[in-house]
Amino acid sequence: MKNKLNSEDIALGIRRRVFEHCIKNNGAYLSQACSSAEQLAWLYNEALNLGDSILPSVPEKFKGVPNINNKSYKTGAGYNGPIGSEYDRLIFAPAHYALVAYATLIEVGRMSPDALSMFNKDGSSVEIIGAEHSPGMEMHNGTLGIGLSTAAGIAYGRKLKNEKGQTCVFMSDGELQEGQIWEALQVSVYYNLDNLWAIVDVNEQQVDGAMSDVLDIGNIHKKINSFGAKCIEIDGHDINAMRQAKNENHIGKPLIILARTSPYKGMKYLKTRFPRLHYVRFKSEEEREKMNNEISKELGISPIQY
Amino acid sequence: MIEVVNKPYSYSFKSYASKNKNILCLSGDLTSSCEVDIFRDEYPKQFISMGMAEQNMMSFAGGLAMSGFVPFIHTFGVFAYRRPYDQLLASIAYPCRKVRIMGFLPGITTPAGMTHQAIEDISIFRTIPNMTVIETGDASEVESICEEVDKIEGPVYCRILRGSVPRLFNTPLKIGDIRILNRGNDIMLVTTGICTEEALRARAAIASAGISILHVHIHTLKPFEEKKILDLISNVKFGVITMENHLVNGGLGTIISEIISKHGLSKKLIKLGLNDTFAHGGSKQYLAKYYGFDAYALINSIEDFIGQKLNINDKDLETARIEDVHSLSKAEAL
Repeated sequence: MKNKLNSEDIALGIRRRVFEHCIKNNGAYLSQACSSAEQLAWLYNEALNLGDSILPSVPEKFKGVPNINNKSYKTGAGYNGPIGSEYDRLIFAPAHYALVAYATLIEVGRMSPDALSMFNKDGSSVEIIGAEHSPGMEMHNGTLGIGLSTAAGIAYGRKLKNEKGQTCVFMSDGELQEGQIWEALQVSVYYNLDNLWAIVDVNEQQVDGAMSDVLDIGNIHKKINSFGAKCIEIDGHDINAMRQAKNENHIGKPLIILARTSPYKGMKYLKTRFPRLHYVRFKSEEEREKMNNEISKELGISPIQY
Repeated sequence: MIEVVNKPYSYSFKSYASKNKNILCLSGDLTSSCEVDIFRDEYPKQFISMGMAEQNMMSFAGGLAMSGFVPFIHTFGVFAYRRPYDQLLASIAYPCRKVRIMGFLPGITTPAGMTHQAIEDISIFRTIPNMTVIETGDASEVESICEEVDKIEGPVYCRILRGSVPRLFNTPLKIGDIRILNRGNDIMLVTTGICTEEALRARAAIASAGISILHVHIHTLKPFEEKKILDLISNVKFGVITMENHLVNGGLGTIISEIISKHGLSKKLIKLGLNDTFAHGGSKQYLAKYYGFDAYALINSIEDFIGQKLNINDKDLETARIEDVHSLSKAEAL
């Protein structure tokens, strides 16, 4: 399953696919694809030890929420392969990046491109905010800040069982405003959870705009270090830097990689929307057309037909 | 004289969890306060100190369950839902994880006031999908609760009594069962938790006044087996009194009123408990009296139902069991 393509090509494929969806559907979480494409491409294509997908290439419809009587219930984690002691486990914390996650699953061959036609449709499991049953997800993360704690609990349990596999969290920097993140860091450091690591998409954006204007949280590198975790800051569009960061020694500590990114990487024209980048919905047909023409050029594709 | 048992949770949790190695004992900096300190010392590998960080504790417990363990969370009831409600829902309730939340200091069983008194916990937990809600009322129920709730394939919230706990029953707690403590046909009395012991104080006096009481003790608040009490409600002459260590809204009283209205039963209902008010710090006897859900309040309610005075006074009631604030069975911290 690994390395049929190189991660840079996968990242480009993710951007193109999310962009196409955005133009066709008159809106999407587009800037998240710009900032995180390399990270997600690298996670699925290189960094994580995952088995083959065990779920259908075209996702099944929504089959009810978890309940002791709902025997057919499955989370979307099966797209990341089976749960097994040797495998890594991915917790996808910012559920608003769901479309980018789905695009990644398609680009790495774990899901059919047809899955995106089910996106945000009634009765579908391919939800706009990733649910537990959505492809690639294992838990609801629509409430931001709970992913790292959950992953810490999984990592603690896996240590008790002497499992080889690691637990990884894909995070975003906005959620560092939540106090729970720092509680999770405390406990992960106290219990020496070195089988836990995270990569944080530091795009410096949140719903209301730039984090520096909404609630600046200062030097997060310094803060995470002072909490006792191993923290490494890299260019989040440089896959070589990710490889090196992951290889850093972090015995006895969780590893937190801060991936500094641009919310318009690969789509410079998106900058015209700043500071409202959280969800891109076109204000007019003119804007849609202009963005289609400008960004498709940057992505090396023909304008999207819609 | 009622037998009083010293720290039944302490030895019953230890006995059950030590035999089940997939159980992990979590504590939110309230280890001796929740009577799991001896377990911590004897079985350190099964114990995780989570500190004062309940939001993380809830999601962390969800993660432990995702790696195949069964976390038993130990904290005061209030701390299990007020601050970490979002985490409780997203990490435990929604995914229907096998997490057992042991909530200590229910209602007015603590002198520590509003911040420590879980007075709306039942109303909150019983409206959460997937959640089972149990309240213990005596030592036999505390002794059997760990093994019993661990059979449930989903999350459970339990109100646990600590310290000196009376033994009122001689059978273990069975989820979904009700305990019929006295048969009678004038008035039905439904009690939970510590209110059952309080109601028993008045039983002899009420009987000698010629009133026949059907007394039922409830421990399983959700799922509530309404079939088991439907006929009982229908068959009493005057009506139903509920008595709970909780707000009268959202807990036992509300459950009974829902059953009465759902089935169109023509019965009056008097709900004893905290009546839309917070409480303050004080002893449990003082608070139950002050807020109107002690044995006297029960007698007053019966008088309201039958429309006459029973002339029951202090010496007719069995002596209240007063807990010594500094007894050995008292946990060291509030």
